[in-house]
Amino acid sequence: MALSTSSVITLKINGEKYTLPVDHRTTLLDALRERLDLTGTKKGCDQGQCGACTVLLDGRRTVACLQLAVAAEGREITTVEGVADGEQLHPVQQAFLDLDGYQCGYCTPGQICSAIGVIQEHAAGWPSAVTDDIRPEAGPPPLTADEIRERMSGNLCRCGAYVSIVEAVARAAEAGTDTSTAAAARISPEAAAEEAVA
Amino acid sequence: MREFGYQRASDVAGAVALLGADPDTRFLGGGTNLVDLMKTGVERPARLIDIRELPLDEIESTPEGGLRIGATVTNGDLAAHPEVRRRYPALAQAVLAGASGQLRNMATVGGNLLQRTRCGYFTDVTKPCNKRVPGSGCPAVEGEHHNSAILGASGHCVAVHPSDMAVALIAFDAVVSYETADGPGELPLREFYLPVADTPHRETALPPGALITGVTLPPTPTATHSRYRKVRERASYAFAIGSVAAALDVRDGVVRDVRLALGAVASRPWRAVAAERVLTGAPADAETYAAAAEAELAAALPLPHNGYKVTLIRNLVVAVLTELAEEAAR
Repeated sequence: MALSTSSVITLKINGEKYTLPVDHRTTLLDALRERLDLTGTKKGCDQGQCGACTVLLDGRRTVACLQLAVAAEGREITTVEGVADGEQLHPVQQAFLDLDGYQCGYCTPGQICSAIGVIQEHAAGWPSAVTDDIRPEAGPPPLTADEIRERMSGNLCRCGAYVSIVEAVARAAEAGTDTSTAAAARISPEAAAEEAVA
Repeated sequence: MREFGYQRASDVAGAVALLGADPDTRFLGGGTNLVDLMKTGVERPARLIDIRELPLDEIESTPEGGLRIGATVTNGDLAAHPEVRRRYPALAQAVLAGASGQLRNMATVGGNLLQRTRCGYFTDVTKPCNKRVPGSGCPAVEGEHHNSAILGASGHCVAVHPSDMAVALIAFDAVVSYETADGPGELPLREFYLPVADTPHRETALPPGALITGVTLPPTPTATHSRYRKVRERASYAFAIGSVAAALDVRDGVVRDVRLALGAVASRPWRAVAAERVLTGAPADAETYAAAAEAELAAALPLPHNGYKVTLIRNLVVAVLTELAEEAAR
């Protein structure tokens, strides 16, 4: 039996539903950019190595170039177009603006989505490869520059704006304590349960 | 990329039935390796069966005091799990040392075990490669091989296994569970990867059509005192050129129990059995650690451009064991 090599899928992106036919070979990145005109998400290497295409999938940062669009059906997709609250920029966006966390800007949408993920993961207590004591009892490590550099290492910036990017992520993490707690609840069932009780 | 059919499985039996015995079909987990290889033409499946929604995404304590990790648990969730960090810290460290935050959120435990080598001849379809096209040759032996194997390789293939996670898992005697049309089965990770011999295209002992359902870690008290250290050519987000997973139990200055595994030295994660034999019952000092590393590396057959790995691994073993012993003494 020959199986169809295309499907009509519905993607939930930034709270809206989009129904479109896709060849199964279509990545989420190409679906966003070429089919849905959501060009905020950028294509860099198209091999999962540069992070320019970072989006949030069910609240977790992922690279859209290695995500098949057909396999993203049913999941909540957030792109850089969807992180602001109306005219109110997301704290990470604001921090990148205030601290010049970019030069040419091409990697910036991926940096911003990745930083949102980093702040959520850190708030949920996730350690990193540079965390000295990863025992859960030790609690989340301070979000130092080293921690930020390690956690953001999946996002390359050819302009080399890293110094300002690290500062922007640190600023956003401080500024966004409220939002990051709510965000952490989305990725941690325990935190979600606690918040529901509160 | 070749066109392909796509099906989503909702239960394990259904996934196995969908695959059948079709050698042209692949299970799709996080896709971080498979989709990449499909783009470059290394993998050309006619059909994908998406297993991400299978109920295999839990990490549970076993009655014996070990951990059972579902096959679709993401690397991100694995490294963040409190019991993994508490009971098997080297496993959490190994996972955190691999890839990037984005890839760890996609990649699954089952897929990580099955990921393919990053040897440049394997990933370039214009080049010969015995692993990709059996009998076509191995240009790495006389070509670019600075990150190739020093242990267990053959003239047919010198590629290294890329996983960090698997190095820690093999140190802790992990057992892989799988499901086939004929029922479930298990394979200790030490028997999961096949020796290279003259069949480098045959990488695992999984039966045809098998779906990995999880990995079980036996209770290993020594593992609470463990560490993973990885050496790479940049500070983050790169494959290892050498790595060590170790657990050490020292009492009264004597090694009572030790687990030692090496990464980026062979076609598979390498359990350092010869080194463990030297260490067990010996004085916990730098001399013993060096003798143990040398015992393991006595079988090393480096190529002209990867001899540095012998020195690197020797020093890495001594350093990690020294650090673990010093920590325990504090």
